[in-house]
Amino acid sequence: MSNEPAYLTKGPDAVLMRLLKGLTHDVTNRRLIILLVALVVVFGLLIGERFFSQATVQSMAFQLPELGILSLAMMITLVSGGLNLAIISTANLCALTMAYIMTTHVPGAEGFIWVGWQIIAICAGLAVAAVIGLLNGFVIAYLGVSPILTTLGTMTMVKGIAIGMTRGNVLSGLPEPIVFIGNGTVYGIPTAMIVFAIVAIPVAIMLGRTPTGAATYMIGSNEKATRYSGIDTKRVILRVYLISSLLAAIAGLVMMARFNSANASYAESYLLVTILAAVLGGVDPMGGFGKIAGLILSLIILQVISSAFNLLNFSQFLTLAIWGTILVAVMAVPNIRRRLGFAD
Amino acid sequence: MATFLDLKNISKRFGGVQALTDVDLTLEAGEVHCLVGENGSGKSTLIKIISGVQPPEAGGVINIEGRSYTHLNPVESTRSGIQVIYQDLSLFPNLTVAENIAVGQHLGGFHPVDWAAIRKIAETAMARINVHLDLDAKVEDLSIANRQLVAICRAMAADAKLVIMDEPTASLTRHEVDALLSLVRELKKKNICIVFVSHRLDEVLEVAERVTVLRDGKKVGTYAAKDVNDKKLAMLMTGKEFSYDLKETDLSNRKTVLSVKNLSRKGDYKNVNFDLREGEILGITGLLGSGRTELALSLFGMNPPDEGEIKLDGKTLALKSNREAIDNGIAYVSEDRLTLGLVLEQPIAANAIVTILDKLKGALGLIPLGARESTVERWVKDLSIKVSNTGNAVKTLSGGNQQRVVLAKWMATNPRVLILDSPTVGVDILAKDGIYEIVRGLAQKGVAVIMISDEIPEVLYHSHRILVMRQGRLTGEFEPHKSSEDQIRVAVNA
Amino acid sequence: MHDLFQRLKRRHEFWLASVIAVLVVYLSIATQGFLTLQNLFDLLTSYAFLGILAAGLLVVLISGGIDISFTATASIAQYITMLLANKYGLDWFSVFAIAIIVGLVLGAINAVLIDRLQISSIIVSIATLNIFYGLLVFVTGGKYIYSLPSWFGKGIYWFEYVDAEEISYGLNLQILALFVMFTITWLLLNRTNIGRQIYALGGNREAAQRLGFNVFRLNILVYCYMGLTAGVASLIQAQLAQSVAPTVLVGKELDVLAAVVLGGASLAGGVGTVLGTILGLALLAIMQNGLILIGVSSYWSQFFVGLVILLSVSATALSARRKRKGNLIE
Ligand SMILES: Nc1ncnc2c1ncn2[C@@H]1O[C@H](COP(=O)(O)OP(=O)(O)O)[C@@H](O)[C@H]1O
Ligand SMILES: [Mg+2]
Repeated sequence: MSNEPAYLTKGPDAVLMRLLKGLTHDVTNRRLIILLVALVVVFGLLIGERFFSQATVQSMAFQLPELGILSLAMMITLVSGGLNLAIISTANLCALTMAYIMTTHVPGAEGFIWVGWQIIAICAGLAVAAVIGLLNGFVIAYLGVSPILTTLGTMTMVKGIAIGMTRGNVLSGLPEPIVFIGNGTVYGIPTAMIVFAIVAIPVAIMLGRTPTGAATYMIGSNEKATRYSGIDTKRVILRVYLISSLLAAIAGLVMMARFNSANASYAESYLLVTILAAVLGGVDPMGGFGKIAGLILSLIILQVISSAFNLLNFSQFLTLAIWGTILVAVMAVPNIRRRLGFAD
Repeated sequence: MATFLDLKNISKRFGGVQALTDVDLTLEAGEVHCLVGENGSGKSTLIKIISGVQPPEAGGVINIEGRSYTHLNPVESTRSGIQVIYQDLSLFPNLTVAENIAVGQHLGGFHPVDWAAIRKIAETAMARINVHLDLDAKVEDLSIANRQLVAICRAMAADAKLVIMDEPTASLTRHEVDALLSLVRELKKKNICIVFVSHRLDEVLEVAERVTVLRDGKKVGTYAAKDVNDKKLAMLMTGKEFSYDLKETDLSNRKTVLSVKNLSRKGDYKNVNFDLREGEILGITGLLGSGRTELALSLFGMNPPDEGEIKLDGKTLALKSNREAIDNGIAYVSEDRLTLGLVLEQPIAANAIVTILDKLKGALGLIPLGARESTVERWVKDLSIKVSNTGNAVKTLSGGNQQRVVLAKWMATNPRVLILDSPTVGVDILAKDGIYEIVRGLAQKGVAVIMISDEIPEVLYHSHRILVMRQGRLTGEFEPHKSSEDQIRVAVNA
Repeated sequence: MHDLFQRLKRRHEFWLASVIAVLVVYLSIATQGFLTLQNLFDLLTSYAFLGILAAGLLVVLISGGIDISFTATASIAQYITMLLANKYGLDWFSVFAIAIIVGLVLGAINAVLIDRLQISSIIVSIATLNIFYGLLVFVTGGKYIYSLPSWFGKGIYWFEYVDAEEISYGLNLQILALFVMFTITWLLLNRTNIGRQIYALGGNREAAQRLGFNVFRLNILVYCYMGLTAGVASLIQAQLAQSVAPTVLVGKELDVLAAVVLGGASLAGGVGTVLGTILGLALLAIMQNGLILIGVSSYWSQFFVGLVILLSVSATALSARRKRKGNLIE
């Protein structure tokens, strides 16, 4: 320790070093970083300069947040030993709620009222999400129904409400500030990316540094033993599904902003991809393990592949196939190492 | 008597670990033979070699009824009449009793199921050892004791000549153990050889003719059961002598911490009264199902009583959750360490602080980075838990060290009353000793301890006062220095 | 008699059947169209696809695994088969043979990845869903096949019968396949040693290994069976739709899962029956059908389906909890 150079232990560099150390300390993260570097090198060689251009990087930053926020919503339920299949339908219903208020009340309004209605719309969307989240949490924690069944039910029901209310129609034409969330930039950084950071950081802190987070990991591995330790596990589970639902609503907002519209069945193909992203990022689908850092690495990897394929003019469906292959490959690594006789 | 199995020079290495070194073992037809030793002494490895799951190192010889092998495979072993009943019984909870017993019918290539034959086989096997169970009941609906009978019937259906039971009595009540032991005698009459692996030395001696002791993978010796007692066995197993003396401790000038008056809960316990003083260790013993655990859970706020009152430091408690109990200074070490006491997959550190998460919370509701580490470090040191890294999963620790982590997480709550429910189950003799020492230390610091155990020596030698619980009532009180194991045993089984 | 009732009451199937009975009685009285032969035939025909897949998924769930890649498997199977059928003519036997072989191959890929690499089945099947589906759409460019061989387009229509109102009924391909696949599944699970091994494997994997069950072979069998059902289901779906579209099947995997778990199969393995699966499917089918018949806008039917799933799983959980009450340590 003492013979490390001073810049490693003091100042902003030290913070950076600690962060890097934290990131590489974890085996999964180390593997993901190696994979990411390898991908960047290969794609860099294949595509050349264009791959590193500002436009490419910016377009990645535009696309990542949607899947990113949805994956956060999925991830925290996976960590708690459950899963939330209702995230996409929640995102859509909340987006529709916001879009409905915005398209009916905002046009024509001015000044204060114009801003007010937009805020009310967002709050209404979050309120809808809260109701869905509490319903999921209540049924799972207090009635003891398995998360997959519960959220399968709420997924269908919530989507049903969205279809029933809109008859499957698209709501479009949103106010400018909202569209800015999906399409604008601040100092070159896409607004959506900033939204992603604004939600990812508190979730990371929640999982890593709060009693609720610590309890979530424990519950994910063994709910009963955690209850016997004096933790109100039901309340923690309720909170997890509430937060998951609220995150889904924010994802809905970002999606709506990017498309300048809302619909009952947007982004449905993302549902299983969020699980893929989380698991690739080191989240244990059986619960108890997973960190935000890993998830973010995994999201970047998925995005790099997707953007590179786009530049190479490959179909987006080939991207899906490669994502699946990468998942199997990364998951197989520990087993293959064991077979080759490496200690892990 | 004919020799059924004869092992010579059996050794086994796993990487760097020498699990067995030159072990010889002879098993006679129709004998009951016990295999004892501390955790890690090689008992399970020896069983695996006999059942053909693992091959021994070159140089070892296995003789079965005169046939000689260098190693066995599971099929040969089964065909020779060797059946192992593992501690988890290897039953299929979702299948019926009949199917579990005659599961051998399902082996082999693709063929139709002969349901009539399956029933017939199951009936015959049950008849052979005089057992009666509903053939169509699902195994998951049976008691543990009945499940064990199913496992034994399965061995019968496979025409066993040697039945090896790995810790068969660990989760049975005394009555069930008695039934099992008489069944063992029944098997013996049929000239079947039985090998028992057990931690409960008194039971071992009750049924066995010979005892083989293993220590660190080496055979210490084989002894006639009538020549040894549990003290001697403990010494042979550990190489150390354990003696605890019974001296009187006067606690009458100490303050009463916990006072339980007329506590009742329908179906669990009735009219329970006792006082507990500061620094006192109160032993409660009784059979499994006598209401001990239910009473403990009531004191811990997880099983609300119907009537009566619980007073802590003179204040009446109406506990609605275990959180309230913990906040009032009551801690509970569960009897089931592996599923209720610890979250095995999670880090040692996380387990050690799980009871005090809210207390560690600082500004903004966050747990300060240093607080977690320093708390964990302190407990690891205080209870001398042997860990290389507190970030490792708890399941990487030995049973004794795991139990220390459990104690650590409850000590962290700073309890006034510590309830220990069977604190040394599955912990070997040396580690047990360490746990008793910790408990004594706590009592000296003024913690009031309730120690529940069905091992009578445990409560006799390590508590200041003993209560006997029977069918939900406290039926006797003993002072250790004026009592004997037999007196208490009579009270427990009365 | 009382004893029989006690036993029945504990069965999940009994409760499902009761709910269905109430629904059927209500719909028969409240609507004209429900209790007609024609409606019944239409229902069976349109739910045959989900039903056949449910039979396959049931076997996987009983073994303690899960598969959600089967919609992609079905898409590939029908695409390849119909491509070949258009090119070479072929006949009923060979189209089914081809579709089944494709299903078996893709199922075996799942089994090998799950068993040999020791990755959990949920992860493997999410990955293979993406791989199979991504490659299919990439290779085909997402193009539909509209023209099917005419004999295939006509399908089969056995035992034709015309009633007084001149409406004809018959045993069509969908209904035939549905019955055949449920029968085979029932025979496999209850009348063969391999079926019982599958139950045993789902109940206690470690014990199955110790007893000398060949777990790898069982896994191969289970996931290949899922592939086989996907192959069969894909063809009857193509016949009904009179076209092949690489993108319409993927997304239905959770509907199938819902039917099977409503039917009482447990995701933990070892539990589930063919009868339960049939009832789970029937509940969903009758409900969706009934909502339309009583005049609820089709836009709202999904909402009610979700509601029923949620209510029935909650009710099951509550009754299970009541059973456990009094038993302190759950
Ligand atoms: N598969 C294995 N791999 C490595 N070490 C093992 C394995 N099985 C047992 N051991 C080691 O061999 C020793 C004997 O273990 P075991 O036979 O399980 O003892 P017992 O059953 O008496 O508790 C222990 O040190 C244990 O850690
Ligand atoms: Mg052992």
